[in-house]
Amino acid sequence: MLEEKFFIRLSALFTYSLIAVLAFIIIVIFYKGFAALNWDMVFKTPRGGYYYGGEGGVLNAITGSLYISIGATLIAVLIGMPAALYLNVQLIRYRRTQNTIRYFLDALWGIPSIVYGAFGFTLMLFFGMNASLLAGIITVALLISPIMVRTFDEVLCTIPKGMHEASLALGSTRTETAFRIMFKQGFPGFITAVLLSFGRGIGDAASVLFTAGYTDNIPVTLDEPAATLPLAIFFQLGSPIPEVRDRAFAASIILTIIILFISIGARLLSKRYSKTNLK
Amino acid sequence: MGKPYISTNSIEQLRILRATEPEAVLRVKNLNVKAGDHHILKNINLEIPKNRITVLLGPSGCGKTTLLKCLNKLTDLYRELKVSGNIYIDNDDILNTTASIPDIRQKMGLLSQRPYPLPISIYKNVAYGLKLKGVRDKKLIAFSVEKHLREVGLWEEVKNRLNSPASSLSIGQQQRLCLARGLAVKPSIILADEPTSALDPTSSKIIENLFRDIKKHYTIILVTHVLRQAIRLADHVIFMDDGEIIEEGSPVELFENARTDKLRAYLVDGN
Ligand SMILES: Nc1ncnc2c1ncn2[C@@H]1O[C@H](COP(=O)(O)OP(=O)(O)OP(=O)(O)O)[C@@H](O)[C@H]1O
Ligand SMILES: [Mg+2]
Repeated sequence: MLEEKFFIRLSALFTYSLIAVLAFIIIVIFYKGFAALNWDMVFKTPRGGYYYGGEGGVLNAITGSLYISIGATLIAVLIGMPAALYLNVQLIRYRRTQNTIRYFLDALWGIPSIVYGAFGFTLMLFFGMNASLLAGIITVALLISPIMVRTFDEVLCTIPKGMHEASLALGSTRTETAFRIMFKQGFPGFITAVLLSFGRGIGDAASVLFTAGYTDNIPVTLDEPAATLPLAIFFQLGSPIPEVRDRAFAASIILTIIILFISIGARLLSKRYSKTNLK
Repeated sequence: MGKPYISTNSIEQLRILRATEPEAVLRVKNLNVKAGDHHILKNINLEIPKNRITVLLGPSGCGKTTLLKCLNKLTDLYRELKVSGNIYIDNDDILNTTASIPDIRQKMGLLSQRPYPLPISIYKNVAYGLKLKGVRDKKLIAFSVEKHLREVGLWEEVKNRLNSPASSLSIGQQQRLCLARGLAVKPSIILADEPTSALDPTSSKIIENLFRDIKKHYTIILVTHVLRQAIRLADHVIFMDDGEIIEEGSPVELFENARTDKLRAYLVDGN
């Protein structure tokens, strides 16, 4: 009895410490960055001398980050959604193949993003491209596709086989079962997958360092370089000037708020479209 | 004398004969299922009479579910299961046919042990099969949905909430919905694998009565562990053990005059 109480207390302690850490991170970022946060930050691109404390903002990085992460997430969805469904519907007979594929995807998930950056860079040179929005999107898409597939897959895995069989027994083809039934039942997992992929994509610095490059302008075409928020934070944090370092925190606030908005939106969406699901 | 002469009377006789001895809609010949070394179904030969309830009995693990899965080709989902033999439905051998698998499966409605409503509304669950069949006419679909929900006695209970999620129904209602959804694709056979085992007595009763009502139009194969249910419903009984058919015949033959010790022991345990 005593032992039981002890472990419950301990688990509770760990759970709440994690939440406390999250709260602490947010408090620190806001504390250090709030003063530097202003509308210029969000709506202006860097002017001359911005990185020495001059006028301007990080609109270039905000738009660059959104372009890259949205583009990459779209590609990851286009590739990853059918891939996860294929894995769970077409390959249902082949458990060993399924597990091998899952193993490779997990390995891909675990590769550090700098390696994706290096790979993207090599690819870029091979095709004679410069650091650009397109190269950034492709590299980030590679980085987040395994996350997309595996996260969605984890939820599809839990769908009872009986539902799968019920759909087939009614006369659906495997494709109809995949896209009409499994996708619907796995929708909350799909949203989580999109969210995780997007979050990883927008927050990653190493993969875009060489592939997207950096610029003070807002990219208009796919072959122009693009700035990103993580790199903006990185460059500004490295500055010897205190105001510029504060701006790094302000940029962190912006990044955090973007992620927060996306995750709340995703949650609402997932709630709205999973009402009919079998619990 | 010339040609053989058949009187109207003998035609009448023939009709009566047909009515008492219904034709088989489903014939199984030398069906074998193996999983590795495990011989799950051993040389099964069967004829399932039309518009009757055939009850499949047998101890747990004897292969009843596997047999049903062979009939609608759900064994395809399990690579380890090696199926051989012939299964004739409407004189087409579904194990060696060029017909599309969805078409074959639409000849049968499936009721599983636990209901699996599709993750869509009540209405769409019933309409689902029709849409797969290519029915697009909204009025026709609405008509059919109402008809089949009435057929399973669910219409009055759900007519005001057709757009609510099917998962919001009670388990008993879900099972009836699954039956309605199966009936909507106009199958001739219903495969029911312990359809009442997850249900309360009242819902079970409803399902049983439904089966009795609809057997005029459908051939029902029912797996059950409830002996009393088998006695109440069966027109034809098949008793299996360890992948083999031990006895087959009318309820009277099996329940009152069991020939084998295995069946006798099973019946004693069941009561
Ligand atoms: N995919 C499979 N791979 C290997 N063995 C299987 C597979 N499916 C079924 N079996 C085996 O086949 C035998 C029959 O199983 P089945 O599910 O058909 O039994 P059942 O008669 O329906 O039993 P119950 O009354 O408990 O539902 C069991 O021994 C089971 O372990
Ligand atoms: Mg079974």
